[in-house]
Amino acid sequence: MRIGLVVNPVAGLGGAVGLRGTDGPGTVAEALRRGAVPQAGARARRAFGVLAAARPGAAVAAAPGALGADWLAGLALEVTPLDLPAATGTARDTRAAVAAMGPGALVVFAGGDGTARDVAAALPPGAAMLGIPSGVKMHSGVFAVSPEAAGRLLADILADPDRVAWTDEAEVADIDEAALRAGTIAPRLFGHARAPLARSRMQAAKGSPRRDDGAALAAAAREVADAMAPGVLYVIGPGTSAGAVTRALGEAPTLLGVDAVRDRRRIARDATAAALERLAGDGPVRLVLGVTGQQGFLLGRGNQQISAPLIARAGREGLIVLASEEKLRRLAQPCLWVDTGDPALDAALTGFVRVHTGPGRAMLMRIGAA
Amino acid sequence: MTAPREFHAARWNEPLVMQLGRPGARGQLFPAPEPEVAEAVGEGLIPAAVARKDRPQLPEITEFEAQRHYLHLSQMTLGMMGISLFGTCTMKYNSKTAEYAAQRPELAEVHPYQHPDTLQGVLSILHEFDQILRALSGMDQFVFQAGGGADAAYTMAAVARAYWADRGQLGQRTEMVTSIQAHPCNPATAAAAGFRVINLPLEEKGYPSLQALQAAVGPNTALVMINNPDDMGIYNPEIREWTKAAHAAGALIFYDHANFNGVMGKLSARELGFDACMFMLHKTFGAPKAGGGPAVGAYGCTAELAPYLPAPVVLERAGHYLLDHDRPKSCGKIREFWGNVPQVVKAWAWARAMGAEGIRLASDISVVANNYMDRKLAEIPGLQRSHDNIAVRRMEMTRWSLGPLKEETGVGTVDFANRMADYGIDPWWMSHEPWIVPEPFTPEAGELWSKEDIDAWIAVVARIAREARECPEKVRTAPHNQPVAQVKGEVFDDPARWAMTWRAFLRKHGAEAARGAA
Repeated sequence: MRIGLVVNPVAGLGGAVGLRGTDGPGTVAEALRRGAVPQAGARARRAFGVLAAARPGAAVAAAPGALGADWLAGLALEVTPLDLPAATGTARDTRAAVAAMGPGALVVFAGGDGTARDVAAALPPGAAMLGIPSGVKMHSGVFAVSPEAAGRLLADILADPDRVAWTDEAEVADIDEAALRAGTIAPRLFGHARAPLARSRMQAAKGSPRRDDGAALAAAAREVADAMAPGVLYVIGPGTSAGAVTRALGEAPTLLGVDAVRDRRRIARDATAAALERLAGDGPVRLVLGVTGQQGFLLGRGNQQISAPLIARAGREGLIVLASEEKLRRLAQPCLWVDTGDPALDAALTGFVRVHTGPGRAMLMRIGAA
Repeated sequence: MTAPREFHAARWNEPLVMQLGRPGARGQLFPAPEPEVAEAVGEGLIPAAVARKDRPQLPEITEFEAQRHYLHLSQMTLGMMGISLFGTCTMKYNSKTAEYAAQRPELAEVHPYQHPDTLQGVLSILHEFDQILRALSGMDQFVFQAGGGADAAYTMAAVARAYWADRGQLGQRTEMVTSIQAHPCNPATAAAAGFRVINLPLEEKGYPSLQALQAAVGPNTALVMINNPDDMGIYNPEIREWTKAAHAAGALIFYDHANFNGVMGKLSARELGFDACMFMLHKTFGAPKAGGGPAVGAYGCTAELAPYLPAPVVLERAGHYLLDHDRPKSCGKIREFWGNVPQVVKAWAWARAMGAEGIRLASDISVVANNYMDRKLAEIPGLQRSHDNIAVRRMEMTRWSLGPLKEETGVGTVDFANRMADYGIDPWWMSHEPWIVPEPFTPEAGELWSKEDIDAWIAVVARIAREARECPEKVRTAPHNQPVAQVKGEVFDDPARWAMTWRAFLRKHGAEAARGAA
């Protein structure tokens, strides 16, 4: 598997000087004025230092100069600089470098959520991404836990890509920095990407049997399916957690869209808001939902098909939420968020909801209005 | 700061006991029975149907060789007499005086099937210890059947089941509410008893919010199970409101006193509004831990719940002690007989030696020692207290994180634990699952260890933190001074590689490996 490196040299500048992020040239200038020291390059070097120690001579295609190759100088790696036009000092550089890495590459980037968005936007077909955490905000699910962890993961992948678990559904998310600076948090989901997953550190450490979150969720989904009331419209999805309920009914879920079930039969797949409202008619509605990783969104991110009128019909009592305990534990805050577009409805939904985490097991989570 | 002491463990290339010795070697040679005895016993003492045809595969070695073998094995352990600041475990010295008391023939040679009139001495100890625990908790009756803390939590779940069944509400009261940071046996035992488990997450104060509890309890709640302080070491000051909220929903509420050391003698579960509680005698009360099973979880409850206790219950009537088996509403047996009585005797000896004043003082010392440790650990760069934004003082232990150091050096809590053994210190306790802070560790000094011991422990932590920066590889590849190098966790995921019996060893590794060094 070909490994490419791109560094966003200004990533993370805003963090240490209290700017909550580094999006946009104006913020970069302000961060530098406040005395911020660039660190993404040095962190990339830490990651690749671990790779070089584990697998000397490993081949890496790097963006030129400060965007990559400079940081690998002197490491025991075979570095090929990508042939790219002169750097412009903007996100365009990142995108051009990623595009140049070609199909099937593993694009390693040093940056934060902003960089992750740029990488994801330019990712060639079949390519995957792995972040060396170097930004201020890292809500996306594509980051290793540390530069060293990224390096170890790369060494494992080069030894045998199958030694590592892969997902096609790592979330690429970002927060509106202007809003964050003003004190509110409004993360947005920008898409999904292919990314490697490190085996949980804790399981390896304690030698306990691997816990299968997927099996626990499937069992929880069977309980939800078994408890379905006749005549009620169940609006399901998107995502694998909610989709497990569709699966429990013997159907393959539309993972990126919303399905509808009534009387244990699927009556619509990948439905639009209008179609769902039509199906609901005047009858009772319940929503079967997952939770977005890191940010913890229930409604308003990636499931806008579930419209405010439908949500209002279901109410908080009509929410059936599924997520693994691991996912809930990794939320940035112990809270789930709703952003239905209707502030009054958001307010009505705040309170607590039971999240099904396994058979006979639930976590009570607070719902906040984003 | 104290410099860590030099240490190197003994290392023997010790074979398995099955690979030692030679055919015919014996520890004891027993004389053949005298003719009169043989005649009296006769043939067929063992019915032919159950007599084995082949000889059992047993080690054939002399008594001396057996002693030497086990001496070598013991030399390759840290012996649990080091500095073991294991949070959530409350490690205490198991006094030899108490051991001798438990070995006296008055206890060692009695049997629970004897007539209670011949068991008055041991029953009086059980009764007196019951009274001591009542004084510490405000409860009305204790039983000692449970073989550990989890078994006592299970006793609670079983009592709750019997209580609700008796009221005809078991079909409705199907849920148990607890915290994600409670003693993990609470959700596990409630689930084993058939309840659905509702977990509450920690919120900004470091414990679940009262609002979350109020939202969680209702007409379906059978039981709330909670620790206070929990494993973060934070005492929840709203606990009276918690018991009120549980009772307002009609539910029972149980105080798991796994973390009792910081509050012993300072509060009463009953006064706080709890219906029941449990103490771990092998932690707080100085009895041996004994490897999870031969321990004791003392379970106590109010008179309202007492009819549902497992039988028998020790009662006193006009100076006479009796075993009350006639309890028609009992939840049934939790364990055979009356539990691990020698352990109860040791805990009783501890409590008698400490006295009420001593128990309160020990609680103060354990909280002061932990706060001293908190202060000293905070001076080591790279360590971070859990919920560092919360200013409130911790109780007898604190959950810490090596997150920043791991981020900086790649050295984490497992590496630290391995390296500690190189300094003759028992690897630290990390955390119950789930890990809610990265790279956790949880020290607890208790009242036993001296300031010198605590300083020595902190010096080792500081030394390893320095090593993590100067020579991380040395830490990551530790231990180096131990008989066994790093244990790789994956082994436990692969049944083909481990064996619990000699027969399994032969099957999995073949006769070649079995011959080994022999």
